[in-house]
Amino acid sequence: MALEVTQVLLNAQAIEGTVRKQAEESLKQFQEQDLPLFLLSLSRELANEEKPVESRKLAGLILKNALDAKEQHRKSDLVQRWLALDPSAKTQIKMCLLQTLSSLVADARSTTSQVIAKVAGIELPQKQWPELIGSLLSNIHQLPPHVKQATLETLGYLCEEVSPEVVDQDHVNKILTAVVQGMNASEGSNEVRLAATQALYNALGFAQANFSNDMERDYIMRVVCEATLSPELKIRLAAFECLVAISSTYYDKLAPYIQDIFNITAKAVREDQEPVALQAIEFWSSVCDEEIDIMEDYGGDFTGDSDIPCFYFIKQALPALVPMLLETLLKQEEDQDQDEGAWNIAMAGGTCLCLVARTVGDDIVPLVMPFIEENITKPEWRQREAATYAFGSILEGPSADKLTPIVNVALTFMLSALTKDPNNQVKDTTAWTLGRIFEFLHGSTVDAPIITPANCQQTITVLLQSMKDVPNVAEKACGALYFLAQGYEDVGSSSPLAPFFQEIVQSLITVTHREDAGESRLRTAAYEALNEVVRCSTEETASMVLQLVPVIMIELHKTLEIQGLASDERERQSELQGLLCGCLQVIIQKLGSSESTKYVFLQYADQIMGLFLRVFACRSATVHEEAMLAIGALAYATGPEFAKYMPEFYKYLEMGLQNFEEYQICAVTVGVVGDISRALEDKILPYCDGIMTQLLRDLSSNQLHRSVKPPIFSCFGDIALAIGENFEKYLIYAMPMLQSAAEMSARTAGADDELTEYTNSLRNGILEAYSGIFQGFKNSPKTQLLIAYAPHILQFLDSIYMGKDMDDVVMKTAIGVLGDLADTLGSHAGSLIQQSMSSREFLNECLSSEDLLIKESAEWAKLAISRAISV
Amino acid sequence: MAPSDLRRPYKRPQLSDQQRRRELSLKRQEQSRDAELQARRLASTLLSLPPEQQPSDPEPEPSSSTDYDLRDASKLKGPAARKWFAKQLMLPEWMIDVPHRLPHDWYVLPRPAGRRCFVVSSDGTTISRQRNGTVLHRFPSALPHGSRNRDGSGPPSYSILDCIFHEMDQTYYVIDMVCWKNYSYYNCSTEFRFTWLKEKLAETKACDPPSYYHKYRFSLVPWSRCDLAGLHNAYAGEVPFIKDGILFYNKHAHYQPGNTPLALVWKDEHCSQYVIDTDSKGQVPSHQQVVLELQDDGKVTTSDDPPVVFSCLNLDFIQQSGLQSGCLLRFAIGDGGLTIVDGKLERADLHYVGTSNRARAFADTYSKIMFQSMARGSPLRIDDLVASISSSDDEADTLDVEMAV
Repeated sequence: MALEVTQVLLNAQAIEGTVRKQAEESLKQFQEQDLPLFLLSLSRELANEEKPVESRKLAGLILKNALDAKEQHRKSDLVQRWLALDPSAKTQIKMCLLQTLSSLVADARSTTSQVIAKVAGIELPQKQWPELIGSLLSNIHQLPPHVKQATLETLGYLCEEVSPEVVDQDHVNKILTAVVQGMNASEGSNEVRLAATQALYNALGFAQANFSNDMERDYIMRVVCEATLSPELKIRLAAFECLVAISSTYYDKLAPYIQDIFNITAKAVREDQEPVALQAIEFWSSVCDEEIDIMEDYGGDFTGDSDIPCFYFIKQALPALVPMLLETLLKQEEDQDQDEGAWNIAMAGGTCLCLVARTVGDDIVPLVMPFIEENITKPEWRQREAATYAFGSILEGPSADKLTPIVNVALTFMLSALTKDPNNQVKDTTAWTLGRIFEFLHGSTVDAPIITPANCQQTITVLLQSMKDVPNVAEKACGALYFLAQGYEDVGSSSPLAPFFQEIVQSLITVTHREDAGESRLRTAAYEALNEVVRCSTEETASMVLQLVPVIMIELHKTLEIQGLASDERERQSELQGLLCGCLQVIIQKLGSSESTKYVFLQYADQIMGLFLRVFACRSATVHEEAMLAIGALAYATGPEFAKYMPEFYKYLEMGLQNFEEYQICAVTVGVVGDISRALEDKILPYCDGIMTQLLRDLSSNQLHRSVKPPIFSCFGDIALAIGENFEKYLIYAMPMLQSAAEMSARTAGADDELTEYTNSLRNGILEAYSGIFQGFKNSPKTQLLIAYAPHILQFLDSIYMGKDMDDVVMKTAIGVLGDLADTLGSHAGSLIQQSMSSREFLNECLSSEDLLIKESAEWAKLAISRAISV
Repeated sequence: MAPSDLRRPYKRPQLSDQQRRRELSLKRQEQSRDAELQARRLASTLLSLPPEQQPSDPEPEPSSSTDYDLRDASKLKGPAARKWFAKQLMLPEWMIDVPHRLPHDWYVLPRPAGRRCFVVSSDGTTISRQRNGTVLHRFPSALPHGSRNRDGSGPPSYSILDCIFHEMDQTYYVIDMVCWKNYSYYNCSTEFRFTWLKEKLAETKACDPPSYYHKYRFSLVPWSRCDLAGLHNAYAGEVPFIKDGILFYNKHAHYQPGNTPLALVWKDEHCSQYVIDTDSKGQVPSHQQVVLELQDDGKVTTSDDPPVVFSCLNLDFIQQSGLQSGCLLRFAIGDGGLTIVDGKLERADLHYVGTSNRARAFADTYSKIMFQSMARGSPLRIDDLVASISSSDDEADTLDVEMAV
């Protein structure tokens, strides 16, 4: 058998298709017939020094894939399968793996270390394979370098696979000791030193206790800093990666080292090779991220709480940091703006400068201004581009008071540079900078307007002109127009853009027709600008928005006429349909929101719906997300009239609800079910069996992304409101689902911020379902069916109250449910309500809330309860 | 084991337009859902609360809204309902300065004198309830499902109108619409609500003269753009009802329960009989009187949210007089008047008169006190409104940018 495996594994990598297919087939058969033997054979193959490296490598890879998968549901299947495997087979496999770490073949060692980590990722949380870490570390000092290297690599992967809770502190100490010793300058082998440094990167998350101990932390930091000076590029790079990770994981422990780190990073930025220099800059970007987060937690006024104090490292480093970053700006690559994948020191430095400006605000301005003034008119394009970028980078962060006078002077210069500068990169950055001016210093929140009647026309003329420039410049000009329009969002009934509306729309449509509109995301940028111009338009231009409807419809129609496309062309077609449906969505929402335009617009409704249905029909298995979003807007605008589209549309609705893989599509479709419920009311009834079946199936699936589940619950509420007591037949399915989700939300609360946020959105969905069901059944003779569920719902409200981690939205919805329950069940629930904590402490807390919506909900609950218990 | 790609977005906005479209859709759905629940809750209460909510019941006021005790809840039903109801109507603030852009952003309409109420029609009957929750009438009407006459006309539904009942001609003057045939208009703009109100009302026979299945006539209050002609019509035009001032509604505002500066009321002697408040005997007191609410800490405040503090009472005095927090107290404004600095009330010369009539659920609002104070000294005149409209018209073409910020 063993011999056979070797040949099959080699054949599976054969160039000839039939041989390869056959080999893959027999591997599959072997796996299905006898999994333990299959895995054992592979591990023996991997361990056997006499076998060819190719078959050993593939054996390792197949082993790895038998233990882990990207998709959550497949992964948990694989984990269960491994755990259920015959213990003696597992023991033998693990022995083979550990033995392979001493192999003389580097590839075999490397693959093995990953497989061991995967097994550990499954077994350690189950408290199995307890001796693994001990045996890896037992005699690490005496090992020959190649084995030491493999062992450290294994430890690194292991730290990546398992979470810190499952490794006890004693083992953590031993791992860190081994890793840090391996990193030490006294370590003779570069391979060992590199493996150790890379392992530390993953082990940092385990070092919480060690970083709280001054001596241990000093030691780790010294070794990391020394490694940044290694003659070996890869080691320096890995060491800087560790520093970046430390800056976010242990920000509050950085103070004693920050001066040294500055010196190290400054030297690397100026002298080292680019990959290292990029990491050195990333260190400071990461510190900015931390400080921006902390200051946001403080709420700007420093009266709020943050768990971590701000050390103002950026503010202190500013005088040295800013000149260092400004130098990087001059190191642009030619044509970096045309290359989507480009990332170089100038881009990293510029990005960091933007973050520094957001971190320190006004203080950065005087440090950057001399650089701008000195370089902006230089004959060398690099200097002009760097100066312009520097200016653009400081526009977010500093106060409007500080920036407005400067921007007022600069605006004319920028507009002129955008038309006249001979260099494309300078123009690209100039257009981007204009966009940032409009984004941050133009709009109803800014006191002194940058755009005035005196310069409005010129600004628009320059931007429209620049849309005819090369694609990357035109794209930035579209972006600038986007923010120019956005600034007039709250302008009232008359917008300064109105006189230019026609011209702007025409220019943007022309851009979308450019032959090179596929480059630099230009077409997308043009449609996005068009969307924003429409969104922020006022009633004076409503008739022109209306004229845009047939224009976009014809564009969409054109995409449907083309037949027999190759697959990459189909993808482009689908992308274009997405842009057009997105644009129609914005237009529908705009015209539907005003009474005067809605009527006229609705004459197109049949045709638009027809186009959306044809967009759906272009695809076989999936629905188009953008078309779905647009249909939601259309249902909202048409109201009950939407019923006539249902017979044809329904199958796509179902298809959207079935799309587990692209969960965004599923989520959008769930939202559209809500829109349709509100539009159709009881006319949705004939479709409810199908919709509810699909929604319940979605909820029970472990394949569906969890973020879709809360909106599904809200959707139950929408349907119940629409069909009232007809929801009766779904109660026996929906209520247990709601109940178990409620219980789950009580268990998961308080783990971390992300989970708390999810728990709250789940609670909100559940509560909206309850409110919808109660209000839907109100005044129905079937109300009594709900009484049985009341105790659990009241318990759920109590548990939310006691959890103390609800957000304002949940508080409002929860207390509203209390009112709806009392309102619908009346005296039937009187004594239950009186016994619940929610009707006392929780209600009182909400009544005295400063949030108006919570207070309003609470007053409703108070009134409804008073009635329920007084009857 | 490699760290994740360290590339960051470069010269690109952080939020894609597609993401923005998704979020805007979600927001629209969330708002529609909330608006529907809000309308259902209001309809449910309008329909099912017992008819008699005697405001003069000798029931104790809750000592403070935060001290709600369930054991007393059944006794508190009256006040709880009154407070809740009073907050469901959209209540205009008093106009103490003229908003910008009246002709562009506002509607104007004459306000009929009478009792403000919600009218709900559902399940074959129509009920009107006043601000304090008391049922004014229970009657058959030609509103959708407002009488037994219209059975079989579609699925069950409820509709809610915001009206003023005018005694003299026994007519419900409709000023706004909250809900029509289950469709909630809470988060629709005034422009939208007013247009649909006219349309929907015309589809029924509600504006016809009374008949067996239609006990009271409904009538639309004529509204128009707040330009010079519109203002003139509302102020001096012929209307079939007794006028009590004029109303201004911001075109873009949603139906917002409670006090809002996006609806305003203004009056002078020409368009209202009641410009300056009178006492219980119908006399204008020599000094302006105000009703304020006593707080836990002795401060006396208006009913705004957040409340405006007018003064602070001496704690000894509170104890001696046996006053409790939550009490509504009447004060006279002395010769010291109201001191306003930078648009904010700094000091008020208050003289305690006594506790207020129990029928009141709320203290005065800040805008009402200021309007009354101005009415006694230097009122905002119709000329000021006219002047504002005229200058607004001049500026409209040239100064939009400045006006917008």
